[in-house]
Amino acid sequence: MTTTQQRNYALAPLRSVLDNGARVIAKHSGATPAVTIHAAFEAGTVFDPPSQHGVSHFVSRTIDRGTTAHSAEEIADGLENRGISLAITVNRHALSLVCTCLVEDLGSTLATLADIVMHPAFPDPEVETRRGEIVTMIRQDEDNPAAMASEGLLALLYGDAHPYGRRPRGSVEGVERIARSSLQAFHAARFRPGALSLVMVGDVDAERAIEFGSRAFASWQAPPPGPALFPPVPAAHERRLRVIPMMNKAQADIAYGFTTIVRSDPAFYAYWLMNNIFGEYSIGGRLGDSIRERQGMAYYVFSALDANVVPGPLLIRAGVNPANVDRAIASIDEEVSRMANDGPTDEEFAESRQFLIGSMPRRLETNAGIANFLQMVEFFGLGMDYDVRVPELLAKVTPGDVQAAARAILDPSKAAVVIAGPYSGKS
Amino acid sequence: MKAATYNASVDVYEEVLDNGLRVLIQDVRTAPLASVWCWYRVGSKDEGPGLTGVSHWVEHMNFKGTTNIPRDKVKGIIEQYGGYWNGYTWIDQTTYTETAARDVLDRMLFIESERMANCLYDPADCESERTVIISELQGGENDPDQLLDQELTATAFRAHPYRHPTIGWLADLQTMTREDLYGYYRRHYVPNNATLVIVGDVDRKDAMRSVVQRFGAINPGEVAKSHHTREAEQLGERRVTVSREGTTAYLKVGYHAPAVTDPDFFPLQVLDAVLTGAKGLNLWASFRTPPPQRSARLYRALVDGGFASAVNGGLVPTEQPFLYTISVTATEGTALSAVEQATLAQLEAVRRHGITEHELEKAKNQLRARLVFEGDSISNIAHQLGYFETIATWRLVPSLRESIDAVTLQQVGDAAGRCLTPTNRTVGWFDPIVS
Repeated sequence: MTTTQQRNYALAPLRSVLDNGARVIAKHSGATPAVTIHAAFEAGTVFDPPSQHGVSHFVSRTIDRGTTAHSAEEIADGLENRGISLAITVNRHALSLVCTCLVEDLGSTLATLADIVMHPAFPDPEVETRRGEIVTMIRQDEDNPAAMASEGLLALLYGDAHPYGRRPRGSVEGVERIARSSLQAFHAARFRPGALSLVMVGDVDAERAIEFGSRAFASWQAPPPGPALFPPVPAAHERRLRVIPMMNKAQADIAYGFTTIVRSDPAFYAYWLMNNIFGEYSIGGRLGDSIRERQGMAYYVFSALDANVVPGPLLIRAGVNPANVDRAIASIDEEVSRMANDGPTDEEFAESRQFLIGSMPRRLETNAGIANFLQMVEFFGLGMDYDVRVPELLAKVTPGDVQAAARAILDPSKAAVVIAGPYSGKS
Repeated sequence: MKAATYNASVDVYEEVLDNGLRVLIQDVRTAPLASVWCWYRVGSKDEGPGLTGVSHWVEHMNFKGTTNIPRDKVKGIIEQYGGYWNGYTWIDQTTYTETAARDVLDRMLFIESERMANCLYDPADCESERTVIISELQGGENDPDQLLDQELTATAFRAHPYRHPTIGWLADLQTMTREDLYGYYRRHYVPNNATLVIVGDVDRKDAMRSVVQRFGAINPGEVAKSHHTREAEQLGERRVTVSREGTTAYLKVGYHAPAVTDPDFFPLQVLDAVLTGAKGLNLWASFRTPPPQRSARLYRALVDGGFASAVNGGLVPTEQPFLYTISVTATEGTALSAVEQATLAQLEAVRRHGITEHELEKAKNQLRARLVFEGDSISNIAHQLGYFETIATWRLVPSLRESIDAVTLQQVGDAAGRCLTPTNRTVGWFDPIVS
């Protein structure tokens, strides 16, 4: 076991790599007598086997429904008698088990989590019950303009051949076909100690937390999972538009976007600032100022940047009255062009940079906030001192860098646009 | 100054300024931050006919510039310091918050003092915000569960103003005027109708000095008194069905439930934890973490039983008697009648037979744990002080744990017997029309 600790820094978490490859990170925080546990596996939806879309999500709904030693009921009783609520979430790259327990329950809670991830039984009745739930969730998504617009945009940007272009929960027909053996196979392939990043933040000494983590997971032996391989992201050559009519709805949802860069690109910090100025700062940055504040067209409009291990999307979202769809898209086009052509103003640039630096203590106030941050740091390999390096990384960015980032991706003639809602073509 | 007190048990300092502004300060030094919340005792229950939604619209207008904060400076006034700001309106309250570095506490207080006294209500801004709010309403109507909740509440209440949605009815939003908004603002935004809460890494004396400097000169006003009727006892089950195109069926069952100061309130919190898992008592934080509900009665009967993909209970502390609501999402292919039958069977069983000793202890453990978990940020701590002061008194906050500990098996059984009677319930269906 090798252990390193960054001292004299603000967060200064303790990081340890167990002999089996599991990474354990701990940070003491005495705000409450509780500990947040965040165990992430590289087992997100991008790892769904071809033709079995939705398996990762299905595993996230079933992995804690019984182990070889304990029934689903026993696991639930054991956690909930102590007030613990286990949330299992999945995104494109990670499947995460997250919960908060009282300090005195840390050891027993970790033991339960280890049992869940190492020995899930996927009992048939549980698989069938959860299948019904997933089908209902997919049907709910199909009745949700926001979900349909976002999923539709990713499909337009990435296409069927790329895992980013697929629906994370799969389709009803696909989920109906997923067998218990597929869940077991996915678990065997992706749940390995080398794919585990365990973060603990709370009122327990960091070294002691690492000991607890080691005790729970050190006996787990399995080779590391296969590397993640992704097809290239399709280049955009023209503007693409898709309308998903949902005439039973009151409001239309617009998703508008581009593909961007990988997180490890040195230009990331310029993109981060650009997105903040464009669609995050205050009520949605420039987009919010134009579409919500000045034109009164939308309750929400914003942009989100997801630079990842593959070039992730910059996603612009707005919910508007169907009569305003065309006007809202024209306004987004205008702001996209303005940012690319003119870049940020000096004032916008300075305020936005100050915001991103100044908001760090707030982002790192709660145990859950710190745990999320440390998982992100670990996933992208940013280093345990990343929290104190953020200011200098942002300080190196110039307004010219931000404009260059905008010019590189923001081009209305190459945008993908999806409208879902009571809109059939022209408003 | 008057009424300065210090509550040692939770380190809350309380002072009431001469103009009636109640100030609560709690020193919590876990991060170099301060959180400010300014609460007004005005919410959608205070709105009259034709003015539904005015409290919420006023909240929106109070982010649009003041005499001393130009419209274009509102945008970054706190964010340029890394801060966060927000506000919300609900049935009993309207509140505004900033959380930022402790060094900018005075700036946060300046913003709130401006908001209390000097908002502009530019006519063009009022018009522009009308369509923003209508967009917010229509976005909510896209969600069948939210639509059903609105219909259920309006059916359960006939007389009490809790019956109308906080966002308002569309017709009122289309016709309300700038004068309606500004008049409402002036009648309710006075220091003697407000509570200012400061929690964080602050020096109490310095903080009070800033508070007096920023708020001391604001004149008190005659607080507009709203006349609230008491909802008459319900005489029989009520039903409402929403028929719209959709993919999924939803069931909602609502029971008239006691206010936070009623002796039945905490026993019913325990009952809800037994039925659907403990949510906690922090409206600002509870929804961020799912309740521990896998072992809850309704989860096991409905979700594990294959009737539903989700079940949730809602019993929120309110000033006056509101609703205890059970919300169920039916699984694909399951008839709403079957979901309703299975749900009511469980509710009837607990009404008749109460809960077990083991369930009582588990529910208390869950509720106590939630209290700990929800105290993990200065924003959450400050929210609770202001929230409870606005609906009753902040002094309920330090005794929440005791209130939970004191609940007995008998009290839960009695409260269930009173609340879950068939004549006290309203049943709502969202029955999708397949297109």
